[in-house]
Amino acid sequence: MAAGVATWLPFARAAAVGWLPLAKKTMPKPPVDNSSRSDEILYVNVSGVRFQTWKNTLDRYPDTLLGSSEKEFFYNEDTQEYFFDRDPEMFRHILNFYRTGKLHYPRHECIQAFDEELAFYGIVPEIIGDCCMEEYRDRKKENQERLAEDTEANEANDAPLPPHSTSRERLWRAFENPHTSTMALVFYYVTGFFIAVSVIANVVETVPCQPPKGMVKDLPCGVKYQLAFFCMDTACVLIFTFEYLMRLFAAPSRCKFMRSVMSVIDVVAIMPYYIGLVMPENEDVSGAFVTLRVFRVFRIFKFSRHSQGLRILGYTLKSCASELGFLLFSLTMAIIIFATVMFYAEKGTKGSTFTSIPASFWYTIVTMTTLGYGDMVPNTIAGKIFGSICSLSGVLVIALPVPVIVSNFSRIYHQNQRADKMRAQQKVRLARIRMAKKGTANAFLQYKEDHTLGDRDSDSTALCVKNRSAFEHQHNHLLHCLEKTTNHEFTDEMTYSELCMTESVGFRTSRSTSLSSQQGAQNNSTGCCPRRARRRAAMRLANSTVSVSRGSVQELDTLQFKTTSIPPQTRSSLNAQPDDLKLNCGDQDFTAAIISIPTPPANTPDESLPPSPTPVPGILRNTRATAYTHETVKISSL
Amino acid sequence: MIAVLVVVVVFVKVLEQFGLLEAGYDDSVEDELELSAVRHRPEGLEQLEAQTRFSRKELQILYRGFKNECPSGVVNEETFKDIYAQFFPQGDASTYAHFLFNAFDTDHNGSVSFEDFVMGLSILLRGTVQEKLIWAFNLYDINKDGYITKEEMLDIMKAIYDMMGKCTYPVLKEETPRQHVEVFFQKMDKNKDGVVTIDEFIDCCQNDENIMRSMHLFENVL
Repeated sequence: MAAGVATWLPFARAAAVGWLPLAKKTMPKPPVDNSSRSDEILYVNVSGVRFQTWKNTLDRYPDTLLGSSEKEFFYNEDTQEYFFDRDPEMFRHILNFYRTGKLHYPRHECIQAFDEELAFYGIVPEIIGDCCMEEYRDRKKENQERLAEDTEANEANDAPLPPHSTSRERLWRAFENPHTSTMALVFYYVTGFFIAVSVIANVVETVPCQPPKGMVKDLPCGVKYQLAFFCMDTACVLIFTFEYLMRLFAAPSRCKFMRSVMSVIDVVAIMPYYIGLVMPENEDVSGAFVTLRVFRVFRIFKFSRHSQGLRILGYTLKSCASELGFLLFSLTMAIIIFATVMFYAEKGTKGSTFTSIPASFWYTIVTMTTLGYGDMVPNTIAGKIFGSICSLSGVLVIALPVPVIVSNFSRIYHQNQRADKMRAQQKVRLARIRMAKKGTANAFLQYKEDHTLGDRDSDSTALCVKNRSAFEHQHNHLLHCLEKTTNHEFTDEMTYSELCMTESVGFRTSRSTSLSSQQGAQNNSTGCCPRRARRRAAMRLANSTVSVSRGSVQELDTLQFKTTSIPPQTRSSLNAQPDDLKLNCGDQDFTAAIISIPTPPANTPDESLPPSPTPVPGILRNTRATAYTHETVKISSL
Repeated sequence: MIAVLVVVVVFVKVLEQFGLLEAGYDDSVEDELELSAVRHRPEGLEQLEAQTRFSRKELQILYRGFKNECPSGVVNEETFKDIYAQFFPQGDASTYAHFLFNAFDTDHNGSVSFEDFVMGLSILLRGTVQEKLIWAFNLYDINKDGYITKEEMLDIMKAIYDMMGKCTYPVLKEETPRQHVEVFFQKMDKNKDGVVTIDEFIDCCQNDENIMRSMHLFENVL
């Protein structure tokens, strides 16, 4: 119930005295109210900022933290106040809610921080007042969309190939994401080239060329070099057909694929050719055939797989459908009105070009869009007056929905840019996080080493042991306990890779090592060695130039270091096992420098127009042994 | 010819638009200023303490709550209706709220100030039985002429039954309020003249044990 109601309840109860003389039955006994009626001031200390309020104020909302007995948990007897270790700025808004009954959303605050505070104090966000509700909802939706986009981006691009994918799945993946393999990239470029060739051929075909000997008139090049153009057309259509059939074969859901826009465009682009082949040289149908050739120009839309900008444009138009519809509708109305008026205004004049209302449509459109060809011109005064009104209103009607469309486009474009930016930043972030994790893992190993060495020589190690904080000590002790529990030990990556090598080569160490827990989870899920073996095999196939897919943590992990021939010293002191198996890790077998071909402007061969988050092209270069330096180069996508 | 007419009409319309805008603008601004100037400050705490039976602290608590809800210092009928609508959501409490508002608005100026509010509450919560009965009579006597007629009683009764709403057990019938009024008049109207005077009312209530007992029910509300 609202605060107002709680305050008025005693009044309503008192006014119930008015029912007493009319009552048919006796009144029930009132509830016994034991709580003290006197009001007191409560002190609430939020991170040092002291707030004071009446107890009644907080009691207004008994289902929140401050209004219920839950706040007793935060009571500090020494200072006789309630202490909350939260943001005092936000608390101000929370307290105002109790005071005024309306919750306001401060616009300068982050929506997530605000939500968290509300959750902490037990207030449902639905009671935000009308004044701020719209802003809150908008920000929340924006935030959710952003999160959804990010997770989608991560999933879409970072999922490595599932271990047992069929060739069909691999093919589909190659089509969708041409950066996954060289073949896909090659194919992508080839199709792009042929689309361009086909479009240019269509265009050049109609240009007049020098007539051959014996004729006077200029011939279009298409007729003069008919055979050449026909061959080129055939080649292009063959490539397109082949591509379409491959896509159809690889598509996970054929029906859905056939219904998608891109596939329709593909079909429309190649159909005219086949129909032309099939059709006889008939006079009647050749007219229709010529029409069909027009559809060849749809091949240019195939470029939208290659260009993100085109896709954004298409998506914008789709999302602004209502505005476009309104524009069209209002234009149509205006055209009809003005055409009618002009026709009747110009009806009397001799030799008028306004022969009918549909004929006036053309005049109206040309005038409203301020083209003004001048092929139809009003002669009467009335006609001129209405003509001018027509052009003025045309400017207005067209100018109205355009900003909406423009702002939509700008929003979607920025969203896309943001997605690309996020991806680039993500990789740097991940790299830093990994370095930090490695740091802690190494710290633990160092700690262990210190301890074992410290048994022998206590003086020198005392210092380094002391320099670590109590937290580190306890953390390291915890990791140590885990080691003892599982009877496994933490190591670093070099030794881990060595051990993997030994396992694949044929030696079986009785103890499998697990990577430090933070990194180990993902690796262990697929088993370190089978993947590695496959990767090596794949690498041999691909001739050691493999383009790396983005952001995959374990791929970057595993691909990015060379083994050294010296076994690391930290292991030797700890291992009980005989690992004087000198591991002959052949360097060449291990990861070579991975350089990916600079990828084209970020596109994915999508099936549908809505912008799927596109992968940021990156160039990953391998530097020295264990240093993780990435240089990502982002090529702007439009 | 027609074209000229059309142009003239359009021109006039445009002028009208602007003319109207300018003409109407000033009035509305002044109106708004007037409304917002209404603000009421209550009499001093000592005076209220003397006039009512509340202690200082109780008055403070009451005023704080009142001022929180109505920063302008007065309650108007709409607010009353809203409040009662929230207390009795199943039915329509607006009619009864209207009568109640009139009962509280002793000086009949269309708004209930804090003094009116506190005086009313003082009678209801801390007054003698006699005073409470007089207050109740005042509530029933809609036109404040000192007599409760059957029509007035019927209005009050209907208002109360309206608050119950539709979903009741047993189902409310059309003639239930009327029957209730008949019963009431039979009890109260001693000389059967069709109206109930204040003396008849008080006498009758004081002789009724149930009513007497229930008068003390709401004393510890505040």
